[in-house]
Amino acid sequence: MTLRIPRRGLAQAFALIVILMIDRAVSPQFFNLHLQDGRLFGSVIDVLNRGTPVALLSLGMVLVIATGGIDLSVGAVMAIAGATAASLADTHSLPVVIGSALAVGLACGLWNGILVAVLRIQPIVATLILMVAGRGIAQLITEGRIVTFTSPDLVWMGNGAVLGLPTPIVIAIGMLLLTGAVVRGTALGLLIEATGGNARASELSGVGTRAMILSVYVWCGICAALAGVIAAADIMGADANNAGLWLELDAILAVVIGGTSLFGGRFSLVLAVAGAMIIQAMNTGILLSGYPPELNLLVKAVVVLAVLLAQSPRLGDLSRFTARWRRSKP
Amino acid sequence: MSDSSAPPAARPSLLEIRGLTKSFGALKALQDVDFTLGEGEIHALLGENGAGKSTLIKVVTGVFARDAGTVRLAGDEIAPRSAKDAVEAGIATVYQEVNLLPNLSVAQNLYLGRQPTRFGVVRQAEMRRRAHALLLDYGLDIDVGAPLASYSVAVQHITAIARAVDLSARVLILDEPTASLDRHEVEILFRVMRKLAADGIGIVFVSHFLDQVYEICDRVTVLRNGRLIGTRDITDLPRLDLIRMMLGRELAETTHERAASQPDTAREVCVSFKGFGKQGYVAPFDLELRRGEVVGLAGLLGSGRTETARLVFGAERADSGEASVAGKAVRLNSPRDAAGLGFGYCPEERKTEGIVADLTVRENIVLALQARRGLHRPLSRREQDEIAMRYIRMLDIRPPDPERPIGLLSGGNQQKALLARWLATSPKLLVLDEPTRGIDVGAHAEIIRLVRDLCEQGLALLVISSELDEIVTYSNRVVVLRDRAHVEELKGDAVEVSSILAAIAADAPTAQEVAS
Amino acid sequence: MTLKALFAASATAALLLATSASAAELTVGFSQIGSESGWRAAETSVSKSEAAKRKINLKIADAQQKQENQIKAIRSFIAQNVDAIFLAPVVASGWDAVLKEAKEAKIPVVLLDRDIDPSGKDLYLTAVTSDSVHEGEVAGEWLAKTVGGKACNVVELQGTVGASVATNRKKGFDAVIAKNANLKVVRSQTGDFTRAKGKEVMESFIKAENGGKSICAVYAHNDDMMVGAIQAMKEAGLKPGKDILTVSIDAVPDIFKAISAGEANATVELTPNMAGPAFDAIVAFKEKGTVPPKWIQTESKLYTAADDPQKVYDSKKGLGY
Repeated sequence: MTLRIPRRGLAQAFALIVILMIDRAVSPQFFNLHLQDGRLFGSVIDVLNRGTPVALLSLGMVLVIATGGIDLSVGAVMAIAGATAASLADTHSLPVVIGSALAVGLACGLWNGILVAVLRIQPIVATLILMVAGRGIAQLITEGRIVTFTSPDLVWMGNGAVLGLPTPIVIAIGMLLLTGAVVRGTALGLLIEATGGNARASELSGVGTRAMILSVYVWCGICAALAGVIAAADIMGADANNAGLWLELDAILAVVIGGTSLFGGRFSLVLAVAGAMIIQAMNTGILLSGYPPELNLLVKAVVVLAVLLAQSPRLGDLSRFTARWRRSKP
Repeated sequence: MSDSSAPPAARPSLLEIRGLTKSFGALKALQDVDFTLGEGEIHALLGENGAGKSTLIKVVTGVFARDAGTVRLAGDEIAPRSAKDAVEAGIATVYQEVNLLPNLSVAQNLYLGRQPTRFGVVRQAEMRRRAHALLLDYGLDIDVGAPLASYSVAVQHITAIARAVDLSARVLILDEPTASLDRHEVEILFRVMRKLAADGIGIVFVSHFLDQVYEICDRVTVLRNGRLIGTRDITDLPRLDLIRMMLGRELAETTHERAASQPDTAREVCVSFKGFGKQGYVAPFDLELRRGEVVGLAGLLGSGRTETARLVFGAERADSGEASVAGKAVRLNSPRDAAGLGFGYCPEERKTEGIVADLTVRENIVLALQARRGLHRPLSRREQDEIAMRYIRMLDIRPPDPERPIGLLSGGNQQKALLARWLATSPKLLVLDEPTRGIDVGAHAEIIRLVRDLCEQGLALLVISSELDEIVTYSNRVVVLRDRAHVEELKGDAVEVSSILAAIAADAPTAQEVAS
Repeated sequence: MTLKALFAASATAALLLATSASAAELTVGFSQIGSESGWRAAETSVSKSEAAKRKINLKIADAQQKQENQIKAIRSFIAQNVDAIFLAPVVASGWDAVLKEAKEAKIPVVLLDRDIDPSGKDLYLTAVTSDSVHEGEVAGEWLAKTVGGKACNVVELQGTVGASVATNRKKGFDAVIAKNANLKVVRSQTGDFTRAKGKEVMESFIKAENGGKSICAVYAHNDDMMVGAIQAMKEAGLKPGKDILTVSIDAVPDIFKAISAGEANATVELTPNMAGPAFDAIVAFKEKGTVPPKWIQTESKLYTAADDPQKVYDSKKGLGY
């Protein structure tokens, strides 16, 4: 048993280390750290800090995917929550601002959850609705502008520090622990994995799948809202057109890199977050490398392919299969 | 009797299968099976679920590769590697779920991939003209320009058959073609089948409607547990014998002593159903289940056995009657309700409805118990380990490793783990649907022993099995089903293979009656 | 040159307006792309105010970024027999048919902000657009002048890879850099025209370039990326506008806030006033038959701290950026 967890994370840990080593090679000062205005400063901190929105999204997304679903609307929910927070920031206290943004995220999650769990619409279609409409809602809130704010409390959410660590990182760690406590501290994790693994069998075992599926979409919405608040706080403004744009794909990718199958079933919160960090370590490395930006997407695709191949259990099967096929050829 | 029949022996043989063997892992799906189809013959392939019918068809049509044996078509040995190969060789298959494109027109479906063209442009009018003429041959005069989906399932079937035959098929395999047809549609289909047979095409007809088999087929081949039981001319085969071939058991090693029969009225009724049923699913039935008693459900495939089990467990919602536990009426609308009442259910489809393959044996065992306790009362890891180990030892699940993904276990061990899942909830009633299906002989005997042990411990059991010998060994009572209705209840000494067979076959029209 | 001509033209047009506006009230239909950005919103609101100034009846149809909506809008303008149609085309191709219909109805079409494929050249009266290569040049020239002869390492925040605006703004800037041996672009990455990416890319530039000490200037293809980059510099303990010079393009209100705070140095305006020159051209065409040039280039005005940034900010704030 003690051997199992490390074995599951091996491919991801290996990938992360290799990418960090490559980062170190293209940028010799990659691991340098110093304190700047009471905040740790360095490329490694950038990776963690810039990786937080996707890490937060992946915390919700991994649960949704584990049930066999998917949530395409998280990027749009980020935009809505960011817009909500930014428009309230200079007139309301921080708890009200955060509370409203999270409530918006909760409502979005509830909407998705009802479509999927109650009305039984396919998740990809159900969440596509909010993906498209959500950005429009965000634009309505911001009236198409970038809504800026100066509230030091909200700015702190994006640019402040706790004991030297940038606030977003601390929030992400907190959310990881909280999600872990909820999922593994209750029976939720087991029931999610059972439902994702075989929904029919779980239902026939008396698992109340509906409430559970509803709740994971709600949680996904809340995580997305928090990511949206942090993204807005980071640039001191809510950019409805661009906040969270395409991040749903990064979040799905993080979950997949973290070893969770899109068919649902087994999942790991820690590895999903590790997946987010792998993606960000790669992004930061590309930025540091000085390669022409035309190569960004290509490099990203190659690295992702390599990471996914490295953890594919089929790779072994495939080589065996081709060997057998060759033998069986007359 | 088919009106186009000639003495089967006189027909030149078209498809000859000899010694066909196919295994999936340890499970032998087909063992040394022979099958011969003559030109112009309609040949029924019969057997319960898991008998090997599908595997046989899939080997012949190139979906699976065979392990051993030969397949000859008109004397030439063939080895199709894909469904396409098989079609090219002249073997076409039409499944229950027609695999055509419902949104395209009938004509387009008929000529998909081989549309008549001129200068690379599809000649729509020509295609429609040909399609119309083709279907006219089958007695269908319809607008071939309309979408396939706008026609009845029967027309869709005939379109699929017409397409298959037009692709120069010599052997046509019809897999449960009549399952979703009404009586009139069945007649249209039979007319088409007779015409094709008269044209010399050999037809393999898979169905669980025995009346239809007697009506249309010349010969019948019965498979059971992957073995050939026999091939007979339908005219020489009384219905009772046919059912015996399908359900009987000839393996001497698993004959068990009949459980000591006690007067069942002495036992306390734990669950009872009155007028319980669902329109078009199972006719309303009364059923009493008592502590320490096994009730067997016997009948042919499709007779309503599994359907009864699903109603009892709330997996299907009843629309009439009521259920009561210990004399009190209860709500039974979902499996969750059923589990809450202390029911358990091991479904027949172990892989798709029973196990969660990726999860460990431990997780699979604690699943129902955890679901019943709810989210906020998680079983600690230690409790889970204890429960898992207790049942692994009690039921001798092998390998005794609670952390192994259950998908890696053999069928028998998976079945035991599913039993453990429900035993862990200390149930009042267990519903077992084909608990010994697809399980090797050793585990088979163990499961049967388990069923009897559980019964002795005071559980009420409702068990479905196609193996009548097996049902007889452990059942105190047997409910016989036919045509989706409970038709007879056998008790005490009446619980015998012969009486069950008689009840299943009773009141069915004989072959002669059908022909007349 | 062109600018002067333009000024002259608009001056005469304004004169004309003053005398003859009441004589024939014009109706113009404007098929706007949608609210894709703050600049777009500002263009819409400036168009309205410019129309009001000239007492022109302006009908705006929001296409929500869809060409089919724009085509529908143009057809409905034709049906209403407006005096002129303005079109901000969402894509470059696929306009020929509907523009032919407008031509047959003898309704002049003016393209705003974006051009269409050359095949449609004869189908519109004139195009009022900015020259993004020129914008890059203006930015480059300001930098060359400000730096003087000193060696200067520049980092560049590009727009979205493949976007023509990004390509052109890079081209114009690079042309000036090439003429000044002391200027050198040491790093160039895409910030996707967004604040968040601008900030992230700048963070990495700072780390890669010795904590930002070897960076002399930042050039961003738009102001939004620069606003993000300014935050990154501040968080790294650098003083944008002093330690590192900044020049960017668009002239959105927020950059003026930064300029007035001394955290940014210069911006090149992409004017939201495309409709103004277009109205003038249409009025001249309708009343005197003056055929305008095929391309009316808008001014690419440079703003620095010397241009009273706070005032510009206040005037731009309400435009919907």
